[in-house]
Amino acid sequence: MSPSAILRRPTFWLIAFVTLAFALAPLPGNNVEMREDLLLVAIYITLASNLNLMIGYTGYVNFGNIVFFGLGGYFCTYLVNSHGWPLPLAALSGGVAVSLLALLFGLGILRLRGAYFALATIGVNEGVKAFVSNFTPWGGASGIYLSIEAYKPLGGAMQALWTIYFLLVAVMGLSLLLSYLIKTSKFGLGLLAIGQNEDAEPVLGVPTPRYKALVYSASAFLPAVAGALFFFKSAFIQPDDAFDLVLSTEAIVMVMLGGQGTVVGPALGAFLYEELRSTLLTTQVFSNFQLVIAGVLLLLIVLFVPGGLMGWIHRRWPRTKRVLE
Amino acid sequence: MVGILASIIDGVLVGSVYGLAAMGLTLIWGVMDVINLSHGAMIVAGMFGLFYLTSMLGAPVYAAIPPILVAGFFVGVCLYWIAVHRVIGRPALMSLLATFAVNMVLIGLGTAAWGTILFNVPVSLPGITWQVYTFTGTHMMAAFLTAVIAGLLYLFLHHTRTGKAIRAVAGNREAAELNGIPTTQVLSLAFGLGVALACTAGALIATLFPFTVLSGSAYQLKSFVVTVLGGLGNPAGALFGGVALGLLEGLATPFMPVSWTSVIEFVVFVVVLIAFPRGLFNLRRP
Repeated sequence: MSPSAILRRPTFWLIAFVTLAFALAPLPGNNVEMREDLLLVAIYITLASNLNLMIGYTGYVNFGNIVFFGLGGYFCTYLVNSHGWPLPLAALSGGVAVSLLALLFGLGILRLRGAYFALATIGVNEGVKAFVSNFTPWGGASGIYLSIEAYKPLGGAMQALWTIYFLLVAVMGLSLLLSYLIKTSKFGLGLLAIGQNEDAEPVLGVPTPRYKALVYSASAFLPAVAGALFFFKSAFIQPDDAFDLVLSTEAIVMVMLGGQGTVVGPALGAFLYEELRSTLLTTQVFSNFQLVIAGVLLLLIVLFVPGGLMGWIHRRWPRTKRVLE
Repeated sequence: MVGILASIIDGVLVGSVYGLAAMGLTLIWGVMDVINLSHGAMIVAGMFGLFYLTSMLGAPVYAAIPPILVAGFFVGVCLYWIAVHRVIGRPALMSLLATFAVNMVLIGLGTAAWGTILFNVPVSLPGITWQVYTFTGTHMMAAFLTAVIAGLLYLFLHHTRTGKAIRAVAGNREAAELNGIPTTQVLSLAFGLGVALACTAGALIATLFPFTVLSGSAYQLKSFVVTVLGGLGNPAGALFGGVALGLLEGLATPFMPVSWTSVIEFVVFVVVLIAFPRGLFNLRRP
């Protein structure tokens, strides 16, 4: 699709509007509480939207998607802490490094299909976690702490939190844009076709292995940058937080809740899931049952509404397909 | 040298129990192409089953194993009808997510009920001392019971009508249906059997090591590694895979810090998955 054609599509403007709304909403009255809430939502949207490139478009379940987030965090924290790199450069280098690593992993494990691939992604996440827990330059099991000095170039800790928030919102916007551009491109069409019937692809001239490796690598970049920013903000990274399989699977719940294979769905799912989660966490009775409720929700979606919210809306009102992609 | 040998033997004893757990996983995969991601939760259920039967009801440890096996079977059959039946024959994503959802619910309930404190089932069995090395009684007993259960499973699958029906459905579901086998019942039966094996293995593991509600995920990952070594869908291979994993752990322990063994396990796991997706011990012809 040509650039001018994209500018005429409502989904593009929706993405732009949401990103702007995220950036502006916490500004009036310096609303820190809202900023922290939206920061998590932005990260979840980034994770879910990029995971959707694999699950929704290509039909490959990446259970270990959090490995990108964690590795990005580690690369960046290490570069800032041990080599004194400025944050933007360190975060981008983290993203590039993780993307290249994903390309390498992808060429291996993308030869597997279905459940075999899903198992391998769990193996990759756990393997990387076990490796990092033993890797002394990255602090092993105890992780890396950033000193307060690291925030100086960003104008002190208070200012840095705002800067990181805006950067994360930008990463979120780029994730949605990437998802949208891929979906409307020839590349995306090839991916959707892989999801439908992979064996027919080479016959029709779609270079299946290259497409799969590319999308796997692409789905790694922005989560890695988000991880870099997030762990820079927390000033602390350790293997259990960085490679948390629970967050990885929560991202799957978000994608399924919103509707896999759509651009808007994963973002909607991430937003709803985070709002639900934070409501439940503040309710005394439910705080212990966060996992239970997420599980029941996921089971109900899988059994009864496999298309998620967007799938349901599209079926109910077929016209919305053209507006909300 | 002797120390390495002792370490390997102990590794193999423990590994065979992992093999038993993996047999449950691989049986379900072989019959219905579903990877049961609630496997770890079932292992933990077996652990807590043993804990309550022994500490609350005062049952002798090994006498508590058969009731756990039976209870596990019924839990498995129920789970099949609740969560798995609707996703049979749908894309792999759906069954993975459905069983994973069950896992989240059970682990969530478990964490709410027991927290994440360490539990322990005390067992006193005399070990066998050989030179300066002692082979723990519990390890030998667990390996022995694993062999018994695996043998019974083999007899069941090969010499009873129901067992043969399960194998027929695993081989070709449509053909089995055409021959008058009620495949849906067989699927629920096979799922029950798989969960029963997971619970039993969990109970046996509880006699070896202390455990928490969250222990399941580690053993579930071990089961994946074992299953992949043995070839997905191949119960006999799973037992060999368990022994192979035990061998690997036993061999690695004297040479490197314990924390590195899991790195090696996952490397082996991913490499075997890519290079030998049918497993190292696939006895069936492709």
